[in-house]
Amino acid sequence: MLLPLAFMLTTALSSADEAMAPTESLREMLWPASWQWDNFAEVWRAVPFLRYYLNSLGVALVATLGQVLTSASAAYAFARLEWRGRDAVFLTYLATMMIPHSVTMIPNFIALRFIPDLLADALPWVDWAGMRYAGDVPVGRLAGLDSYFALCAPAMFSAYGTFMLRQFFQSIPRSLDEAARIDGAGNWTIFSRVILPLALPGLTTLTILTFMSVWGSFLWPLIVTNHHYLHTLPVGLQAFHGQYGTEWHLMMAASLLMLLPVLVVFLAGQRFFVSGAALGAMKG
Amino acid sequence: MGRKPSTHRAAAAFLLPNFVGFLLFTAWPVLAACALSLSSWDLLTPPRWLGLDNFVELLGFHAGEDGWVPNDAEFWKCLGNTLFMLLNLPLNMAGSLLLAMALNRRLRGTYAYRLVFFLPSILAGVAIFYLWRWMYNPEFGLLNALLAQVGIDGPNWLLDAAWVKPALMLMQSWMAIGGTSMILYLAALQGVPVELYEAAEIDGANGWQQFRAVTWPGVRTVTFFIFTMGVIHGLHYGVDAVYVMTQGGPYGASTNLGFYIYRKAFVEFQMGYAAAIALALFAITLTFTLIHWKRGGRVELN
Repeated sequence: MLLPLAFMLTTALSSADEAMAPTESLREMLWPASWQWDNFAEVWRAVPFLRYYLNSLGVALVATLGQVLTSASAAYAFARLEWRGRDAVFLTYLATMMIPHSVTMIPNFIALRFIPDLLADALPWVDWAGMRYAGDVPVGRLAGLDSYFALCAPAMFSAYGTFMLRQFFQSIPRSLDEAARIDGAGNWTIFSRVILPLALPGLTTLTILTFMSVWGSFLWPLIVTNHHYLHTLPVGLQAFHGQYGTEWHLMMAASLLMLLPVLVVFLAGQRFFVSGAALGAMKG
Repeated sequence: MGRKPSTHRAAAAFLLPNFVGFLLFTAWPVLAACALSLSSWDLLTPPRWLGLDNFVELLGFHAGEDGWVPNDAEFWKCLGNTLFMLLNLPLNMAGSLLLAMALNRRLRGTYAYRLVFFLPSILAGVAIFYLWRWMYNPEFGLLNALLAQVGIDGPNWLLDAAWVKPALMLMQSWMAIGGTSMILYLAALQGVPVELYEAAEIDGANGWQQFRAVTWPGVRTVTFFIFTMGVIHGLHYGVDAVYVMTQGGPYGASTNLGFYIYRKAFVEFQMGYAAAIALALFAITLTFTLIHWKRGGRVELN
């Protein structure tokens, strides 16, 4: 099970020549000859790896925060408030969980492609389509393709997160919010002071699952970003496919650096993974 | 009754952020995909209305020199590839169940083993796909070096049309066997009362008979769930792995439906046709799921 990961580590610690040396000795393949720790430094020098890393971190944090907040607030409306049409809307939400990404991805891409043009017609005094710069570093457009908006926004809403948190909220005894209501608490107070603290395990599970899913997300960032300064890590790894073939020792070092936060989150939140496993399977 | 209007206002306020996102990124795109599937659009020239032509092209046949020829032979090939790789699902499930049974003991160290087996599924993603591409490298990869130890001259895995699908499936098994399915099986096994095994033992049941009579019924619901989700997942996803490892090659031998949709939409910019494939695939999955749930429901009743 761990053999491929050991091979990954060995390659990441080998020089280019050692990694690409024909050998049939397993010892040479699974034990680095020269311990090139410098590979891990070279990764940041060879490509704008820091930029990819910050992009990934920023997008994952914003999207996760957005998804947990919008899901929690909608889940409160579904679990605790009585309103006309609630069950119909909830069923619609449930039904959309069946819809695969491939169906919605194409219209979402097209919308992003034309949003700057439409916005320019409506609000012509803002430069919607132009690349923005901080100093001379490109930071993307305001909206549309090649923007942080495109990377974050679709991941900030999810029927799945709403569904999952609704289940958690419903397991909280209603007598608690009724007691708070008698004390004069409004919906906002009940939501933020009673429900959210009690649903902390559920919120943590959703946070972890969403963060991991956005951190590893590949296809969407790949199609909505052209400029390499907007690439996230999974897309950015392609940079190690050089003109003269792949630099596998750097590719493996970069991959390990990309997996590091995943490993940390996993080890810190093991029990949430196990409790989230059943739910995660549904997220598919 | 005086509270009702305010409750409605509160509900609207709590729901609104999520609902706007739902309309923008899910509801509207689904309707747009339906309209798109009835047209042809390369995003450069104005879209053309086609009616059902995309679906005729996708699913139809025409008379060729020797019998009926599919209009889009590539689609059927991709469907075949996808179904072939789905054959991995029962194997993975059997592996997960066996592993869960092995780990379902109160022995020292099993917790650490669980973590180790679970690890690949947590790490799964682009970084791991690159690792396996490197593993499969015919000259410098670990796999052929291992095979050489036992005197086997390994193939050029990812560039050989006969080996590329098994290669992708092997990687998938490495990631999947210790993953979510194993955790679900483990939870189900822990729900089976120990008394049932003791009773079976007193009745003189051997290991296999105990498995048939006690274990298998105990995990049937979970098996059903994993199978359904696995088929849905297998039909639609797996684009990332194909993109990173093979780009669908060699000669389309590893192009699955997900990658075919990606290529039609974002490489060839046939937006209408790509939407038609995605919707047709969605319809297939929906039908499968409904039939399967119905059958599963009957099993539950018996």
